Amino acid sequence: MGMTIIEKIIAAHAGRPVRPGDVVWMDLDVRSARDFGGANVVKNFRRHFPGEPLHDPATTFFTFDCNAPANTIPYAENQRLCRLFAREHGVRVFDVNRGIGSHVLIEEGVVKPGSTVVGTGSHFNIMGAVGAFGQGMGDSDIAYAFRFGRTWFEVPPTVKLVLEGLPGEDVTPRDVTFAVMRRLGSSGALGKAVEIYGPALERFDLSGRITLASQGTETGAVSFILPPSRELLEELGLGAEEAIAADEDAEYIEEIRIDISELEPLAAVPPSPTNIRPVRELSDVKVDAVFLGSCTNGRYEDLAAAAELLRGRKVAEGVNMFVVPATSRVYGRLLEEGLVDVFFRAGAVVSNPGCGGCASGQIGMTGTGEVMVSTSNRNFRGKQGNGLTYLASPVTAACSAVRGFITSKMED
Amino acid sequence: MSGRPSLSAEGRVWLITGPDGKLMDDIDTDMIYHNAHLAVTEVSEMGRYAFGNLEGWRDFPEKVRPGDIVIAGANFGCGSSRQHAVDCFRALGVGALVVESAGAIYFRNAVNSAFPLVIAPGIGESGIKQGDSVSIDFETGLIKDLDRPVVFRARPFSAVQREIYLAGSLFAVRPS
Ligand code: SF4
Repeated sequence: MGMTIIEKIIAAHAGRPVRPGDVVWMDLDVRSARDFGGANVVKNFRRHFPGEPLHDPATTFFTFDCNAPANTIPYAENQRLCRLFAREHGVRVFDVNRGIGSHVLIEEGVVKPGSTVVGTGSHFNIMGAVGAFGQGMGDSDIAYAFRFGRTWFEVPPTVKLVLEGLPGEDVTPRDVTFAVMRRLGSSGALGKAVEIYGPALERFDLSGRITLASQGTETGAVSFILPPSRELLEELGLGAEEAIAADEDAEYIEEIRIDISELEPLAAVPPSPTNIRPVRELSDVKVDAVFLGSCTNGRYEDLAAAAELLRGRKVAEGVNMFVVPATSRVYGRLLEEGLVDVFFRAGAVVSNPGCGGCASGQIGMTGTGEVMVSTSNRNFRGKQGNGLTYLASPVTAACSAVRGFITSKMED
Repeated sequence: MSGRPSLSAEGRVWLITGPDGKLMDDIDTDMIYHNAHLAVTEVSEMGRYAFGNLEGWRDFPEKVRPGDIVIAGANFGCGSSRQHAVDCFRALGVGALVVESAGAIYFRNAVNSAFPLVIAPGIGESGIKQGDSVSIDFETGLIKDLDRPVVFRARPFSAVQREIYLAGSLFAVRPS
């Protein structure tokens, strides 16, 4: 019996063939905790496993990204608690300078196609971008994983999603992602893995793949899994033998086809990430703030696309723009390429890497009634302030910042 | 609680329905246990906030009695993860929670803390009525209405869920 990618990954880590619905114990290659939840992981570990060792400190990590650097005393105390625990157990901390944990683990080569990775963030399934299994879990689960390097998991059924056709020039990976969200809705993939195929995907680099994979959570999916292309493996510095693919005779519970050849730039209108509308219908919405960053669209290619549009231009009077690189590597490359300068001259605020406005919000919250265009991944009420958050691509974010209303074009 | 937990439950049913009389879907963790009360750490104090933010069910903690069984719709416990949203039912002595489907993290939180959560796709159409008494066998998934001739087959506990349930928590079991 053939297996889908997620079935193969789980089978390899459970040491037995699996089928959807099986509940198995599986090995976890990487375990991590963020500053959100991390302190409770430490407390749980100390309470339930006093004096006991970690399963493998070398593949256990802390990543501080929610509130980086800490700007509240409770966060500072929680980070300190994690640092002390890490020192005691020989665990590496990617500290407040390093950026969004899920991205850092990919950048550091800790996560490879076929790896199993857990952490205390609801977007850990982003690892599907490189054909890996990632899962966000609660702090008890992660404490247990720290101790034993294993956990139980129910094998999900897999949906095959095929993106048909190639979109036009003005359509970004984020717009393709919106098309997928529109189709699946907020619970259309509940409890399922979604394997995604299509010629457009072949052209996505790591950043585009991360954008798409990061939105699995908002459809209820266990994970969006993107089979790695040869180009992606090269980008990750991996050989062809690291690829992972579904079997020819793998079984899917459903096959969904989405034609993206006629796609146009899209946005998610508050209060839901699956409330999708064409950007061109939103031109009467005036903008007060723009957020460029997050684990969905905070990579170099995302920020560079926005910077190219901002070069020589200025953010509109009355609009505040915030740029938060996903990681320190992204930030470094922006500096080298002179793009921090471009953002600065355009009048944007460029912050240190991390989750920025997406998490605890030290970069750029809105006040009541203010409209924000954000490249982050959730626009629930109160998530990025009391205002109204419209989710959009980096291109739409940059154009909206300059023109002061929601648009995907610098000129009509 | 004393002794080994029982692999079955019997009690009066609360169908968590909306204005249309159907089981409500997508009841998120903020409706089950609002984030205004997250600072509460004593499980025994969490009961009074159960469904405190769910339209039509705010008085649930006063009406429910220990041993009662709660039946709700699909995607129960979606939204941000919080153990409180499981523990508030434990505090009220709820005998079991039966849902059409559950949010992934909510399901794990319930299983890991040994709270009996039964997945029962189609339970909304089963014919079980508000206030009926039912029995549930966690091992077979069999749900019997004791007031009318209705028998429903839910998903049985998996081996892992059973093991954690009997041990009392994830922390009391070793991986196999
Ligand atoms: S950017 Fe937002 S969604 Fe992504 S990991 Fe950070 S807080 Fe979570």
